[in-house]
Amino acid sequence: METLERIIAEHPFFAGLDHGFITLMVSCASNVRFKSGTSILKEGDPANTFYLIREGRAAVEVSAPQHKPIIIATLGLGDILGWSWLLPPFQWKFNARAVEDVRAIALDGECLRTKCEENHDLGYEVLKRFAQIMEQRLDATLLQLLDVYGARR
Amino acid sequence: MSEERRRIFHADQIEKLIEALGRNGYEVIGPTVRDAAIVYDRIEATGELPAGWTDEQKPGLYRLKRRGDQALFGYAAGPQSWKKYLHPAEVQLCSAERRGGSFRVLNNNEVRPTPRYAFLGVRACDLAAIDIQDRVLTGDKYKDPIYERLRRGVFIVAVQCTQAAATCFCASMGTGPRARSGFDLLMTELTSAEGHRFVVDTGSKRGAEILAELQTTPATGADLHEAEAAVDLAANQQVRSIDTTDIQDLLYQNFDHPRWDNVAARCLTCANCTMVCPTCFCTTVEDVTDVTGDHAERWRRWDSCFTLSFSYIHGGNVRNSSKARYRQWMTHKLASWIDQFGASGCVGCGRCIAWCPVGIDITEEVRAMREGNNHGNT
Amino acid sequence: MISTSSITEPMVPERYVFRGFTKETPDTFTLTLEPENEASGTLFQPGQFSMLWVFGVGELPISISGQPWQRDRLVYTVRSVGQATHALVSQKVGGDVGVRGPFGTGWPIEAARERDVIVVAGGIGLAPLRPVIYHVLRNRKQYGRLVVLYGARSPRDLLYRKELSSWAREPDTQVLVTVDYGGIGWRGHVGVVTTLFKYARLQPSRSITMVCGPEIMMRFVTRDLETYGFKREEIYLSMERNMKCAVGFCGHCQYGPYFICRDGPVFPYENIRPLLEKYEL
Repeated sequence: METLERIIAEHPFFAGLDHGFITLMVSCASNVRFKSGTSILKEGDPANTFYLIREGRAAVEVSAPQHKPIIIATLGLGDILGWSWLLPPFQWKFNARAVEDVRAIALDGECLRTKCEENHDLGYEVLKRFAQIMEQRLDATLLQLLDVYGARR
Repeated sequence: MSEERRRIFHADQIEKLIEALGRNGYEVIGPTVRDAAIVYDRIEATGELPAGWTDEQKPGLYRLKRRGDQALFGYAAGPQSWKKYLHPAEVQLCSAERRGGSFRVLNNNEVRPTPRYAFLGVRACDLAAIDIQDRVLTGDKYKDPIYERLRRGVFIVAVQCTQAAATCFCASMGTGPRARSGFDLLMTELTSAEGHRFVVDTGSKRGAEILAELQTTPATGADLHEAEAAVDLAANQQVRSIDTTDIQDLLYQNFDHPRWDNVAARCLTCANCTMVCPTCFCTTVEDVTDVTGDHAERWRRWDSCFTLSFSYIHGGNVRNSSKARYRQWMTHKLASWIDQFGASGCVGCGRCIAWCPVGIDITEEVRAMREGNNHGNT
Repeated sequence: MISTSSITEPMVPERYVFRGFTKETPDTFTLTLEPENEASGTLFQPGQFSMLWVFGVGELPISISGQPWQRDRLVYTVRSVGQATHALVSQKVGGDVGVRGPFGTGWPIEAARERDVIVVAGGIGLAPLRPVIYHVLRNRKQYGRLVVLYGARSPRDLLYRKELSSWAREPDTQVLVTVDYGGIGWRGHVGVVTTLFKYARLQPSRSITMVCGPEIMMRFVTRDLETYGFKREEIYLSMERNMKCAVGFCGHCQYGPYFICRDGPVFPYENIRPLLEKYEL
């Protein structure tokens, strides 16, 4: 059975991170599984834990009154699920559900925030990686918004 | 061009030249005055040529003026070029007849008789332009059969310029005023005290054959000297030029140069420049049917990259702004053309300068771009 | 390769008979055309296109989308967006359609031999790439892995759904599909086609990649491919511009120094990269 430390070190998010920092983060981390169909996050719930997906697929959804939830995006290996832990009001704005069996590293948001405040170097490394992931998500979302396949009039 | 081959004849032999060409089955096309311009049309007698006329040209200005002599070719270049005949403005590509769901295509160009032209008064710049269009329309994998049919067998009587208009810059483009090849006969008109005469050189066997039907005498050293001096004068009179050094880099690397905004503020995208330019070749295809809908024709018409819908795809135009369209025209003419066809698309005839209603001067635009070329600052 | 258009009369259409059509999506149809007589069929290179002429209406440049080894027919997938495309897809079966071509450069199926073939398609961009997939699957041993990454607007805009499933079952072949808008009932990937990269088993150093779709999509995709380690010289795009003649005479399809009808539509990314960023080129 792999140690949590090794699992974290292997996740793309942590590539290049100083070993000392990995150890710091391990105390905020745990290895989790979600069976296909189960809910991972619920809109409105306090945003405490976020997930680094290792395997499987999760769908980010919005529920609407008249019909079934609409999937906005599906996330997989290397994607981060949940950013609302980072900034107030620390509340989830969307739902997320495992579409396939998902294995992920769960990180305690409050624990990580505290550690980053104590050690700004760690904080910088974490935010650098977050910024990169956010940029990729933003680019992808922009392209999605452009509706490039729609008929132009 | 050996000196022994050069002959000289009196201006009254021009009539004989026109007749000889007619007798040999050519339809003679030459310059004539109409609507206050020197245009090209069928010529049947010397009297139709623009004797004693010259053109004054400036950016946005073209006027005919009377000369002091009776020179027949004493002008530079009018609004038309030989593409009027070789690459006609409107031509039918094919037609088709429909019955039920089937149709039959007819290639009428194959059966229609092709005119045999003799072009009288082709300037060096226009010779270069014909050569350029030869390359564009027949020099690659596909050949334009309409151009080929019209071009094949055209008899060319080139007449070198002995004066330049203010808009001319063929010397800097290396296309004139001397004509070097591509003609059947080459003439230089002299109007000095010795008499109104033409020094003539042959460029082909059939050119020599036609010349043999005229009364000519060997040109003297003095005649030849006078002719050379006259053509030199045409070169020295030119006040405009384009420095073509590294012009591809200049235009490719200055896609966002502020000068483009400057010219865009003036350009009306009227497309005059592309119509008078002797090398512009863009066309469009239009489909028409009759009232029954069973007879269809495909027509090819001149088009211009300045028109808004020239670059239309998927519900929009790629080049929407006048800036983008002017930039496309100038970059293509001076730079991309070299990549595509091995030589510049501009022959320095200056027509675009004279016929632009707002007087945009392509030579000035190049200069402005070079001088303002400090990392794109003007 | 024999062409339907003679070198000497390239603007005269040849008569083909409209044999059948399939509705792929609410606005997209696949048409099958057959030559008048069997002897006059033509082969084409994957990536090439024809000019299809609708009697009295106009001509359209359409990529050939069928099996490149079949001489007896030409297959096209057409999206009905305007007057001419609507007229084309509304033809009665058995009627005539004019065909000129095939024209243009093809996908680098020779250069891709022995290598992994990565096909990235967006929307109707899968149509010009389908002949590549057909060719690779028919000559399976000559190629490495085949990866098809396909993105469309929504599930009902997906082309060739049955074929996508059957291709996915081929040996050494991976087919991944995503949509921009999943709607209700879609349980597959949602997101742009670049989000599929992480699920594909990609080895850039032994791949040739072919990309086709809206220009914006191709810009994002090629940028991401470079980030993933794909070399510019081993990525190919198919470009599109207004065309009236398809033989380098009318001047409409110029893109920088290139005539898309003659120097393209398939280009190595290396050559196109500096042009892609130029607004209103």
